[in-house]
Order: sequence, then C-alpha cells, then structure tokens
Amino acid sequence: MESAILKTENLSAFFGSQCVIKSVNLEFPKNNVTAIMGPSGCGKTTLIRCMNRMHELVPGASTSGKILLNDEDLNAINPILVRRKVGMVFQRPNPFPTMSIYDNVIAGYKLNGIRKKRAEFDRIVEESLKKAALWDEVKNTLHRKGTFLSGGQQQRLCIARALAMNPEAILLDEPTSALDPKATSLIEELIGELEKSITIIIVTHNTAQAARISEYTAFMYLGEMVEFGNTEKLFTVPKHKKTEEYLTGKFG
Amino acid sequence: MVDNGVSFRIFKDNLFKWSLVLVSFLATVPLFLILFYVAKNGISSFSWTFITHLPKPPGEAGGGILNGIVGTLLLIGWSSLLSIPLGITLGLYLSEFREGFFSYWVRLCIDVLQGTPSVVIGIVAYAWIVITMGGFSLFSGGVALSLIMVPMIVKATEETLKLIPSALKEASLALGVSYSKTIFKVIIPSGLSGIVTGILLGVARVAGETAPLLFTAFGNPFVNWNPLKPVSALPILIFNYASSPFPEWHQLAWGASLFLVTIVLLLNAVSRVVIRKWKVQF
Repeated sequence: MESAILKTENLSAFFGSQCVIKSVNLEFPKNNVTAIMGPSGCGKTTLIRCMNRMHELVPGASTSGKILLNDEDLNAINPILVRRKVGMVFQRPNPFPTMSIYDNVIAGYKLNGIRKKRAEFDRIVEESLKKAALWDEVKNTLHRKGTFLSGGQQQRLCIARALAMNPEAILLDEPTSALDPKATSLIEELIGELEKSITIIIVTHNTAQAARISEYTAFMYLGEMVEFGNTEKLFTVPKHKKTEEYLTGKFG
Repeated sequence: MVDNGVSFRIFKDNLFKWSLVLVSFLATVPLFLILFYVAKNGISSFSWTFITHLPKPPGEAGGGILNGIVGTLLLIGWSSLLSIPLGITLGLYLSEFREGFFSYWVRLCIDVLQGTPSVVIGIVAYAWIVITMGGFSLFSGGVALSLIMVPMIVKATEETLKLIPSALKEASLALGVSYSKTIFKVIIPSGLSGIVTGILLGVARVAGETAPLLFTAFGNPFVNWNPLKPVSALPILIFNYASSPFPEWHQLAWGASLFLVTIVLLLNAVSRVVIRKWKVQF
C-alpha cells in the first residue's frame, strides 16, 4: 500500500454522550480514491467530517482518539489550516449565492482576505474549472451568479472551489446523491481524473458507485469499521459476513 | 337532483371567494380615505417655500416646515446610528445561538420592548437622558426613537438570517474561512435584503412617532443641528400646529401631514423594491 496521507487511530466521535463512531482505525492512501460506504446512519459522514474538523462545529460534538495528517496530529493544527489542506464538497451543491462563478471559485482566497494579482486569480479560476470539467460550459459566463447553473454544474463548481485552494485531500460527502444520472457520471469521470494528483475520500451509499470509482473501500456499520481493503477484493471476496450481506442487498 | 347539489356547491364556493374579495377591498378603504383626505387638505400648502422656509408667526400666511423636515431627518439619523449596529448585532446573536438561557431572555426582552407603548419609552428617555443632561435635546429624541427601532431591526435580522441554509456557513468554514469572516462576508451579505428592509420599515415607523418626542426632542421653531438642543420634528410640528387656534397653522399642519405620509409611503415602496431586487436565491 502507498503511504497514507490521513490516518485514524482509535477514533471515536460523539454527539453529546451518544457515540456515533466507535474506535475506528483507518489509513487513507495518498493519491487514491477511498470510498466509505454503509447504510444510512452508520457514521460515514461523521467520519469524514472529523477529517477536516468540521465535526467539532456541531454543538455538543466531540472526538477521542487520534487523526494524523501526514503524520501530524490533526488536533494540534489550527482547524482553519486543516480545512485548507483537506477540502470538502457537500451532499447538496452550495455555491455562494451572492457571488459570481468566478468569485465562487476563488472564494477561499477572497473570504480569507488572501490577495493575489488579477492574472494569478484568472489562472487559478481557469485551472480549477478545467480540473472540475466545467470550464467549457461556463467560460463565457464567469461573471454570472453561480446559482444560475444546473444542479450538476453547481456541484462541479463546488469541486472547483475546493480544488482552487490546492488541498492535499478532498472529502466528498455523497456528492452525487442530489444529482441526475448524467451529472453523476460526469462527476465520477472527474474523480477518476483528479485522483492522479489528489487524495479523494468519498462517502456513498451507492455500492455500485464505490465499486466503479474507488481503489479502496471501507464498509461501516453502526459506527464501526467492519471491513477495509482493496475495492476489488472487498467486492468479490468480502472477509466479513456483514459486508457480504450489505453487498448482496440483504440490508441497508 | 345530483346536479342541483353540485351547482349549489359551486355557488357557495363563489360566494365565499367573492366575500373574501369584498372584505379585502373594505380593508383598503380606510387607507385610501386617509390618503385622499390628507392630500385634499394638504396639497394646497405644497410649494418650494413650504419645504425651504421656517414657519411664519401666527396671523401671517405662508411659511414652511423646514425646521420639522430637518429635525425629522436628524432624529432618523441619530436613531439609526444608535439602533442599526445594536439591532444587527442582537439579531445575529439570536440567529446564531438559537437555544439557551441567555438567548431566551434576550428574545423575551426584545419582544417586550417591541410591545412597550411609545409614550412609555418617551417618559423613560426623559427620565434617563433629559433630566440627567439637563434639557430637551435632539440626542434624547434619537435615543427614544432608537428604542423603538431596535426590536424591529433585531426581528428582521434574526428572521432573515435564520432562513439562510446552514450549508452556506459550512461551505465557507470548510474552505478554512474563520467564523467571523464567514459571518461578515457570507451570512450577512446573503441576508442583506431582509436586514435593509427591516431598517427601512423601522425608519418609516419612527418617522411618524409623536409621543416619545414630546418629552425628548420637544420641538423648536428654528432649524437646529446641535444634538444637545431641542429640535423639531414633523409629528411634533403637526401636533402643535393642529392644536393651535390659528387657521394658517392648521394649513401648515395639513401640509406637514401630507409630507410625512408621502415619506412613509415612499420608504415602504423602497423596501418592496429592495426585497425584490436584492433577494438572494439559494
């Protein structure tokens, strides 16, 4: 296995006193796609929200155990820096409604007050939109509001926005669950392109999607990490009975 | 037989629909009567002199309401200066921290303040400021009016910001943007139309308030810019002149009423435009 960029050691996550993730040990290999799948409410989303310290923003939420980002303790890094290194794309497209497409892409810089030359921003916008496979569709309407785009385009805009910050990893929280099949396949293609240069962790409850796009898959059930391994192996010869039952549609 | 039943039902439906239309129409009648009556009596005093000159002594025709116009604008300025920062901050607090002991009490206090009769607010401002500072003043009038504006701005801000999807806040935080920058650059701009509307309606409300000004701004026959001196305002001017025995002053009071009603209508119209034009689609 390649070197791991993100690693969890006995990670547990809580909402108040309720434990939603139980002692998870995982290693996310660099520049690969890792899918986290499992039935609703199994803690997949909470798990990735721990990875960029978004989980702790919920009132009453807490974690125990350790997360390492490039062998550095995540809790020792300022959450603002963590989130610049580990980007996130949400379930529903959420472009900033007051901003143009152009400003949405560089929102991470604009909102943080990071100044750059106009030409530099132009380059970042073009590059990020090209990476997100949206450039050709919007290059003539860069200064229109991002909310005029279709759902699938908005989601790619959100991916471009995350990529513009040059993160080391991006977390995708069911990025296609609000999209139609055509937009979904576009985003899946895009993920295949992106993994050459960036680590992708994707949460999905669509097993077929996990099989299509990921190298590694983690299967979670009731807050526990049931099985983790090479996607092909996990899908063809699952070690655990629960995994097999889930894959064959007995529950979930 | 069956057919009769159906047509009776259709008749009942229509009757209900038209009675709704009729009642809604009746509700607008008083407004139009007021507008018509004020316009009929006030329009004859409107002239350039009317808005650029001071009132004449009793017995002389003509003169204007410049002191009232300037006074009302200054009072609006002072009360906005005091209430807008406070109102937005409180509204923001209540929308960010929806639960908890302190939020509960703040919200309750704002509701009570909103329900406090304006004359009581005037007396309190009199006791706090006029007595302490030793005289009626523009400043004390501004404070009294800001106490009326604050709850309106708080409510408008809170309700608007509550409607902004939390996904937007998360999108910003996930980009490594700090909480305060997220609030100032994402949340508030997204809710700007609602906040501005609240402010405009608050201004429209206090522009016509009379009671709190009687013990604070007091009135002044001349134009005054000094915050520590008494100042006139359109409602005070109307009150004083309408209750005077001089027909020339009655005429000024009608003209001032029309002027005030026009300002309030304009502010309401502008707030409609703001809602429509600045509305953010999520």
